[in-house]
Amino acid sequence: MSNSATPNTTDSPALAPPATSPVTLRINGSDMTLQLAPWTTLLDALREYAGLTGTKKGCDHGQCGSCTVLVDGKRINSCLTLAMLHEGAEITTIEGLGQEDNLHPLQQAFLDHDAFQCGYCTPGQICSAQGLINEGRAHTEDEIREMMSGNLCRCGAYVGILNAVKEVVDAQTARRQ
Amino acid sequence: MNPFTLTRAETVEGAVRDFRDSDSPAFIAGGTNIIDLMKENVARPTHLIGLNKLPLNTIEPTAEGGLRLGATATNADTAWHPEVQCRYPLLSQAILAGASPQLRNMATNGGNLMQRTRCYYFYDTATPCNKREPGSGCGAIGGYNRIHAILGASEQCIATHPSDMCIALAALEAEVHVVGPGGSRVIKFEDFHRLPGNTPERDNTLEPGELIVALELPKKGFEKHFSYLKLRDRTSYAFALVSVAAVLELDGSTIEDARLALGGVAHKPWRDKAAEALLIGQPATTSTFKKVAEAVLKDAVGQGTNDFKIELGRRAIVRALQQATAGGKASDVFLNSNP
Repeated sequence: MSNSATPNTTDSPALAPPATSPVTLRINGSDMTLQLAPWTTLLDALREYAGLTGTKKGCDHGQCGSCTVLVDGKRINSCLTLAMLHEGAEITTIEGLGQEDNLHPLQQAFLDHDAFQCGYCTPGQICSAQGLINEGRAHTEDEIREMMSGNLCRCGAYVGILNAVKEVVDAQTARRQ
Repeated sequence: MNPFTLTRAETVEGAVRDFRDSDSPAFIAGGTNIIDLMKENVARPTHLIGLNKLPLNTIEPTAEGGLRLGATATNADTAWHPEVQCRYPLLSQAILAGASPQLRNMATNGGNLMQRTRCYYFYDTATPCNKREPGSGCGAIGGYNRIHAILGASEQCIATHPSDMCIALAALEAEVHVVGPGGSRVIKFEDFHRLPGNTPERDNTLEPGELIVALELPKKGFEKHFSYLKLRDRTSYAFALVSVAAVLELDGSTIEDARLALGGVAHKPWRDKAAEALLIGQPATTSTFKKVAEAVLKDAVGQGTNDFKIELGRRAIVRALQQATAGGKASDVFLNSNP
């Protein structure tokens, strides 16, 4: 034991503070420098260090999709990746898609189509749907169902989710024609 | 997760050197499997070497007329690549039948080969598992083994290889290009994954510190007659109970060339060349396909909860060969190929 006056202090290296370092992430258009350990997932960095709790932790194992965010416009599961591996990438979360007084078309469509009950999966559903729109490949109901299959909804609001996504996909398609 | 250090390799040589010089290292590319295994305390590396800065994410033609898929190109970029869609639609179909759009955007081609079994006992550190902890026993034998192997299993391990992409790569006879401390070498796809035997902790034939840098597809893509049929508990976002990659080359209704690979049934993508040979020179009819299906499954052994896979495997082979005969349609590539 050390003779330190602080009772919680020992010489044991196991209690050394975790080795963190500054990591600059570009989140929703702004650079944020966070002090992170190598094992901090992108999800935990967003929620616990950047204060962006819109992204939800559901299963934390890449099985439910509630942690979906966009990295350089592509949807990924933020729970299965390390924050440090995304230095320099453009990260978009639900907070970056719309604001309370200026809803994103997908947010409005989810309200209009009653596309949630508890709302826990909704940020992931909406980020995933934006990724689907960016990909530009899913148009029919079957295609949208298949390409939204990485997002589970325990309340079973799938009918409303499908209708909401379809409405925005259709509107985008019409605009392009 | 246990604490670890993390570096991001800039060159293949640097990554291989970093691995050689570190204690308990592991490579990380997309991370979709290894991060999960680290959260579950199944994998416990103390040093991770990030690969996503390596210049290995390209897809380009080879001098031999084939296609070279970079190891860090994502599964999504590979499945939607115009050359893959046009010349190797079986591979597109298999990749898109696996995981979810988010996971396919992260997972890489090299990582797909390196993913580990989803055996429940392998993941559950409270149970014995010879793959996770050699010599501890097997929880799946005599346990709940719905997803487990019916071919090529051992008394040590009945786990299955979980990939869809690899089943197509087996049928297409891809090559795996690796670089390691001893230099570079090429591994035939059929020699890459291995059966469990007495060393189920080894999933493949890589030597320690060897890194996959590319997969090469041969010229022949079987783009006219192909099917990847995947049977599972739900229509999307689930691992295969049984899957079949079938490709044919037909002269009229006579089979000139054929390959079959099965997923969800063994510790590696399952090929049976003797059974495949029964197709050559034969008419592409259901009775031919049934004979081949019988031959492929003749040595299959059920473990109790997975006995259904033997008959399911026979029927899946027949169905996939029927679908391949009818001809794969480009539009089928988008959605999975459930019947």
